[in-house]
Amino acid sequence: MTFNSVWYALLITAATLLVSYPAAYFLHYTKHKQLWLLLIIMPTWINLLLKAYAFIGILGKHGALNNLLGAMGMAPHQFLFTDAAFILVAAYIEIPFMILPIFNAIEELNEGLVNASKDLGASGWQTFTKVVFPLSLSGVKSGVQAVFIPSLSLFMLTRLIGGNRVITLGTAIEEHFLTTMNWGMGSTIGVVLIVAMVIIMLLTSERQHRKGRVIHRA
Amino acid sequence: MAVGSNRLSASTGDTGGNTLNLANWGDYIDPKLIKKFERETGFHVNVETFDSNEGMYTKVKQGGTDYDLTVPSEYMVAKMRKEGLLVRLDKSRLHGLSNFGTAFMNRSFDPDNQYSIPYFWGTLGIIYNDRYVRPGSIQHWDDLWARKYRGDIMLIDSARDIMGMSLVSLGKSVNTTDRPTLVAAKAKLDALTPNVKAVVADEIKMYMEQDEAAIAVDWSGEASEMLGENKHLHYVVPSEGSNLWFDNLVIPRTAKHYKAIYAFLNFMMRPENAAQNAEYVGYATPNDKAKALLPAAVRHDRQFYPDAQTMQHLEVYDDLAPKVVREYNDLFLEFKMYRK
Repeated sequence: MTFNSVWYALLITAATLLVSYPAAYFLHYTKHKQLWLLLIIMPTWINLLLKAYAFIGILGKHGALNNLLGAMGMAPHQFLFTDAAFILVAAYIEIPFMILPIFNAIEELNEGLVNASKDLGASGWQTFTKVVFPLSLSGVKSGVQAVFIPSLSLFMLTRLIGGNRVITLGTAIEEHFLTTMNWGMGSTIGVVLIVAMVIIMLLTSERQHRKGRVIHRA
Repeated sequence: MAVGSNRLSASTGDTGGNTLNLANWGDYIDPKLIKKFERETGFHVNVETFDSNEGMYTKVKQGGTDYDLTVPSEYMVAKMRKEGLLVRLDKSRLHGLSNFGTAFMNRSFDPDNQYSIPYFWGTLGIIYNDRYVRPGSIQHWDDLWARKYRGDIMLIDSARDIMGMSLVSLGKSVNTTDRPTLVAAKAKLDALTPNVKAVVADEIKMYMEQDEAAIAVDWSGEASEMLGENKHLHYVVPSEGSNLWFDNLVIPRTAKHYKAIYAFLNFMMRPENAAQNAEYVGYATPNDKAKALLPAAVRHDRQFYPDAQTMQHLEVYDDLAPKVVREYNDLFLEFKMYRK
């Protein structure tokens, strides 16, 4: 279960990162940044459960997606209660928490460095891989931090979208509190999650220190 | 904070001796009956709702509530009785206990009904949609394992019920405690995995009403609500056996207004009131005299009032030792994680 949980959390984090980095990158170069940012943040104002139910409507047997496929002449598919659906919805919910730190990191990046890189003959791709990406890594780290641990403990989604075929540590906590009434075990798993979070945060903050020193020395 | 707690206690109605604080499941009593009771007796009824036995149990156990009556399911009656959270009924003040059918009295969770009066009862069974399943082709638990139902079945997310279903299909009791049999039941459930679409809870109702799944395993109470919404749905209680569950009126330790409590219990036991309530809620009433007052179509509905032979095979869940309960839960969790 723990392994399962970590594996799904990794998948969710990877999927989120895959979408968020390009999104944050292009966001930086758009005209109405604040408007776009607002549009990204807005879905977080809606309760998670409501979003889950909206996805049930989309992914269901007679949902929007299957209607669309049907209109294109394809047979209805089972989307709801699949692993893919679970990861899609979980990633959708976590995306704003990944985009924001990455976006901030890219925003703070000195535009002069990019210009210098281009001036010295680097191609657009080289500038990205050698200059922009390494300098925005701190944003990626805090994004991963903000997504990975909550993904470990997702629980309503595992039932509503995953049909309980996906079991995470969050599901286990819920089960221990509400069905087996083994509160001791439930609390233990909760504490383990908190400790894991603290460890991850300590690790990342130490790295930031080192980077700080490097900058000082330079 | 202080204002908040004042208002909270106001909502549970600390307004003197002529009130009755009833903690009940949502929409589980005809509001007209409450009006009638208030008119008849002059007592004022405050209804508070809960959505799980465990939630209600925690509230009673930790105090801070002043429920006079509550409606736990049978296993929770046994648990609360053992922990001294219930007040014994004074049978000399109760009139109408003879209205109840013998099948519903003196069951293992409360021998001799010292603490509880049955309120509604029901079964665990199979709901199917006749647009996808030929009527009559599902009669027994074993029919669910048929290959043609691949990815069609929704199961209720309850260890006791689903393990129980598997145990019955193996010809065992739903109260089995020996590990090899439980493991065998779990192995049989694993074989069902390809047919299982999802293991969900209350959402089953919504999904079945919307034709999302063809078959579901759920409680009769939920089934009766689904059948009311979607004409294509049918409910079957397998004749080889299933669970028989009860919701029961009990007096928790927190009770204060005994006059109102007994007036209410007697009021609810009266056949015409119990019948009216059964018609409103749509669950099966254990009150035989009330059942006789129901329309014939309801009374003879085999789905919700199974025949005598099936009734004989229904079992009530015993309050198992915590160790065994954990075994049920662990095996059920393993089943949920099982990949085909």
